[in-house]
Amino acid sequence: MYKYIIRRLLIFIPMLFALSVIVFGLAKAAPGDPFSTMLDPTIDPEVYEDRRDELGLNDSIPVQYARWIGNAVQGDFGESIVYNSRPVMDLISARFWNTVYLGLVALFFTLIVAIPIGVYSARNPYSILDYFGTGFGFVGLAIPNFFFGLLAIYFLAIKLGWFPPQGTVSGSDVSGMKEFFDRIHHMILPGITLGLASTATYMRYMRSEVIDVLGSDYIRTAKAKGMTDRVVLYKHTLRNALIPIITLMGFEFGVLVGGAVITERIFNYPGLGTLFLDAVINRDYPIVMALTLIFGVFILVGNLLADIFYSVVDPRIRYD
Amino acid sequence: MEIETLKTPKNDPEYSGAPEEKSKSPYQLALRRFMKNKLAVLGVITMIIILFMSISAPLWTDHDPEQTNTAMIERPPSDEHILGTNSSGQDNWARLLYGSRISLAVGFSTMFVTLVIGILFGSLAGYYGGKVDSILMRFTDLVLALPFLVFALTLMAILNNVSIPLFILILSILSWPNLTRIIRGSFLSLREQEFVIGAKSIGASNSRIIFRHMIPNTIGPIVVNATLMIAVVIIAEAGLSFIGMGINPPTPTWGNMLNEALSVRILRQHWYTWIPPGVAIFITVLAINFIGDGLRDAFDPKSNQR
Repeated sequence: MYKYIIRRLLIFIPMLFALSVIVFGLAKAAPGDPFSTMLDPTIDPEVYEDRRDELGLNDSIPVQYARWIGNAVQGDFGESIVYNSRPVMDLISARFWNTVYLGLVALFFTLIVAIPIGVYSARNPYSILDYFGTGFGFVGLAIPNFFFGLLAIYFLAIKLGWFPPQGTVSGSDVSGMKEFFDRIHHMILPGITLGLASTATYMRYMRSEVIDVLGSDYIRTAKAKGMTDRVVLYKHTLRNALIPIITLMGFEFGVLVGGAVITERIFNYPGLGTLFLDAVINRDYPIVMALTLIFGVFILVGNLLADIFYSVVDPRIRYD
Repeated sequence: MEIETLKTPKNDPEYSGAPEEKSKSPYQLALRRFMKNKLAVLGVITMIIILFMSISAPLWTDHDPEQTNTAMIERPPSDEHILGTNSSGQDNWARLLYGSRISLAVGFSTMFVTLVIGILFGSLAGYYGGKVDSILMRFTDLVLALPFLVFALTLMAILNNVSIPLFILILSILSWPNLTRIIRGSFLSLREQEFVIGAKSIGASNSRIIFRHMIPNTIGPIVVNATLMIAVVIIAEAGLSFIGMGINPPTPTWGNMLNEALSVRILRQHWYTWIPPGVAIFITVLAINFIGDGLRDAFDPKSNQR
């Protein structure tokens, strides 16, 4: 197991390096340079060259890469082109937590829906709720999250008025506990939208895992020992059935990141997704590259944690 | 389950007492299992209808989907415009019909490109193993770790004005790893089987072994995943076009029709502009998923745990 973890960590490092090279390569492939939008086009070419020299844009590519990655590691991603040259890191840190909170709400929703329904359908296969769950699974995987988000706004926010259609908070006058609940209220629809596809996936996994576990010998033994259903369910079944779910969560980081971009756009939610999308639309390359790198690292770490977790909880798995 | 009827050579092809009847090939058996799956058959019928409507689009509307009309902006449904018009005065019904062509074409072509890459890389890695395998698989892992939508958007930002073929290429570049891994996985296990070793021992060439012996034995997972891939790509195209970073107007796609709904006014007042393309995507993806699941159960009856 330790050998596997060490080997897995050793693969992680070149992957990080390759990711950073790809992001840097894309930044270099982007047309123009930071000045093409910043500077007056009538400027003297010599001054222009001096400025380029000053910023190191005329250095060799490896030197530029080394400087860029050196700064990036210290959290310096340069300055935004569009947002009045504000440091990219400031823009990111201002919105970072919004996206994290949204992700947590989505995850919370996913787990409280997927696990109970998954377990119930596994224990009562072909019951009404099981068919409902299966149907929900098909719908949840087939409906694009942006269409679901629009439907949610149209019916639940506009027609019924149950939820605010967009933003994070009703106004600047709310504070304290009221503000807290107001923010939660704003996050429900985007959270559900973001978590929908994962909910469907987890539910299907949960159902088939629990069915698998319930059919295994050790559950029969536990039952034969006279354990109550409750103990069998919580102590033996759930523990084992949750392993693939937790692993899946590590691999779902990418889905969450991609979903956040679209979900935040629909709900005008000020998170990293909207920042990224605005940057893409405005060709604000420093922000695009910084976020691409951050999202990429995020996903690599998620995969790493999932793999390590799996090897720790399930020593039977052998890797070669 | 079907009710067992009396076994006679006529109604049961597997009836062993009829030696004159030819035994069914694995494909025929798979087809039989597939046809028994009601949802899968429903999916096939739905897809046939959608494809037919898409190909015969001009039969169902007289409007040009790209024709703007400033005198007819955001009109509600009427006899002339069944689904009203959008903010450029284009006919929504015509855009829905013609949009299906682009959405489906992107889905199918991307699937095809990833299939070619997947078969190439997957069979090389799985058949030769060793160094070829580890290099290709590290590369696959890397691309798999890239956040799909984020990288697609980054590429769209760098390449201004992306044409449809280039768009398909971008989607393919980001989505080939899944299929590659699946093909590689089954090749690794097939490599050790007697019929492959047998073929080798009688001097069959590598390409003959790969194409005549191994790929036909991997056809199940390939077909299943290629099918499901179409659905994933249709959603990806729609998502990118929806946020305005995919296929640009005036070319109609279901995704950029939904883009109109980003305006709160249209979202609120003109449901006929954005709900139909959303429903179209939903039904298409659902149908494809049904077909994919049906194929999985048909090719591998053991996988049917549901």
